[in-house]
Amino acid sequence: MSYANWKAAKKRQRHFLLKDIKQSKTCYGFLAPYAIIFFTFYVIPVIVSIYLSFTYYNVLQPPKFHGLTNYINLILADDVFLTAIKNTFLIAAITGPIGYIMAFLFAWLIHELPRGIRAFAVLVFYAPTISGQVYVMWALIFSGDSLGYANAWLTELGLIDTPILWLTNPEYMMGIVLLVTLWMSLGTGFLSFVAGLNTIPTDQYEAGYVDGIKNRWQELWYITLPNMKSMLMFGAVMAITQTFNTADVTMSLCGFPSTDYAARTVVTHLIDYGSYRFEMGYASAIATVLFLTMFLCNKFIQKALSRIGT
Amino acid sequence: MKKIKAGRQPNRSVGGDIGVGIFLVLFGCFFAFPLVFAINNAFKPLNELFVFPPHLFVKNPTIANFNDLFLLMNKSGVVTFTRYSFNSLFITFVGTVGHIFIASMAAYVLSKYKFPGGRAFFTMVTVALMFSGYVLAIPNYLIMAKLHWVDTYLAIIVPAFAMPMGLFLMKQFMESSIPDVLIEAAKIDGAKEGTIFFRIVMPLVKPATLTLMIFSIQNLWNNVATTYIYSEEKKTLPFALKTLAAGGVARTGVSAAATVFIMIVPLVSFLLAQSNIVETMASSGIKE
Repeated sequence: MSYANWKAAKKRQRHFLLKDIKQSKTCYGFLAPYAIIFFTFYVIPVIVSIYLSFTYYNVLQPPKFHGLTNYINLILADDVFLTAIKNTFLIAAITGPIGYIMAFLFAWLIHELPRGIRAFAVLVFYAPTISGQVYVMWALIFSGDSLGYANAWLTELGLIDTPILWLTNPEYMMGIVLLVTLWMSLGTGFLSFVAGLNTIPTDQYEAGYVDGIKNRWQELWYITLPNMKSMLMFGAVMAITQTFNTADVTMSLCGFPSTDYAARTVVTHLIDYGSYRFEMGYASAIATVLFLTMFLCNKFIQKALSRIGT
Repeated sequence: MKKIKAGRQPNRSVGGDIGVGIFLVLFGCFFAFPLVFAINNAFKPLNELFVFPPHLFVKNPTIANFNDLFLLMNKSGVVTFTRYSFNSLFITFVGTVGHIFIASMAAYVLSKYKFPGGRAFFTMVTVALMFSGYVLAIPNYLIMAKLHWVDTYLAIIVPAFAMPMGLFLMKQFMESSIPDVLIEAAKIDGAKEGTIFFRIVMPLVKPATLTLMIFSIQNLWNNVATTYIYSEEKKTLPFALKTLAAGGVARTGVSAAATVFIMIVPLVSFLLAQSNIVETMASSGIKE
């Protein structure tokens, strides 16, 4: 193809694109209100955040360009950040997969129940997520004095004789945080699984039975899971989002800041620098690192999920 | 070949079924426990709240805690309980209605039309599912300040209009539940886009609308709203209840009452809309 031809083709392409855009005027009109708000409050903030992460910014003075200083300090000089990363990864590595598998397992088992009980069971398992602040009840259960429910029961049973400081002793803190995050881990992904299981055509199961699928586990692997791939992906995105953003739970259970920063997560670290110390550049660097980690994790899981049923 | 009996799947062992039942009941207790606990605590009189060893279930239920709650809310400080409730109701209502309209409009064209940039836009929304409020809080605060929206309801309501989850679910649902021929037929009959959207598309996606509503209510009703709002009279109910609950041991009963009071709205709305939500979530998958 000659250069002139190529140029003409390119021009025609551009012409078509312009024509497409002109013809889709109504489409853009419908999209506009959402798009404007979405860009202003979801896209631009990410760009601003990435920009700020390379600066020193304390809100009062204009941001000063700082190069990679924030990132270098974050990784090399900030011990608390290392604790935060360790905790966040611990939550992500334990609550993430277990919560995810639990969400699927419960959805799958609930699906086998008779119809009437099913709706009730879904409500019971999903309730921790919808009822907002109910996780503060865990603070009462694990409160450090002898009237805390866990302490009182353990004393009654004769297992301990002095109350355990569940939420102020760094030894127990993370364990309790993990327990509570697990308790809350059946979120939107769980609903997606419950719904997805309903959509699998029953004749596939019947065909599987004829083809010699012997038990529920084989059926799960060869029929159910391959049918659920897209829901599994959605659930994974939700699980990643939820676990990497853990902050409310640790703050209201273990206090903010927690003893020895033992329950610090990446997000509470970010809140500390952003809302209390006003080091916005540094806080933005934390946000950027967090986002990048989540994004990579997401890509990795996408790869892993494409192997299901093979 | 064995006959496939209705109701009982053939490749299930009875032992397995029993095991599953026990397993579900055990974990169900674990998941329900703090809720049951909160509800019981809210109705316990003072002497039962501090009994040793503690009881889980209430023996002489009383509504004293709720009375105390309303009393405290009305006499403490300048802002009354009704004002906090109004703020939360207002934010939740306006935010939810706006969200449903704006997100559905966008979802409609994204699911039913091909236009330059449409796919890329939706990919961005899918990525944005992962953003949390905290991560966006700093730059958002700067943007709100530029717009002079700090300390107004707009700072909470407008970003909620564009919650990525709502658009995502609505778009997926429209894609799978509205046949293209229906829209084409309407066009041939001379219907305008606006008419098609309001008269044909929206009535067909009622389950998804309800789902968006529930998620939006969950998000806004539980909004503590401390980041962008500092005037006491504009603060929300969860914020007020949180402050109240921070009052320490003496407020144990009141704080349980507050917790129960606040969870009623999302819990009941979910209960009422559950079947619709499940129907919507059936199309929630992310395809590669």
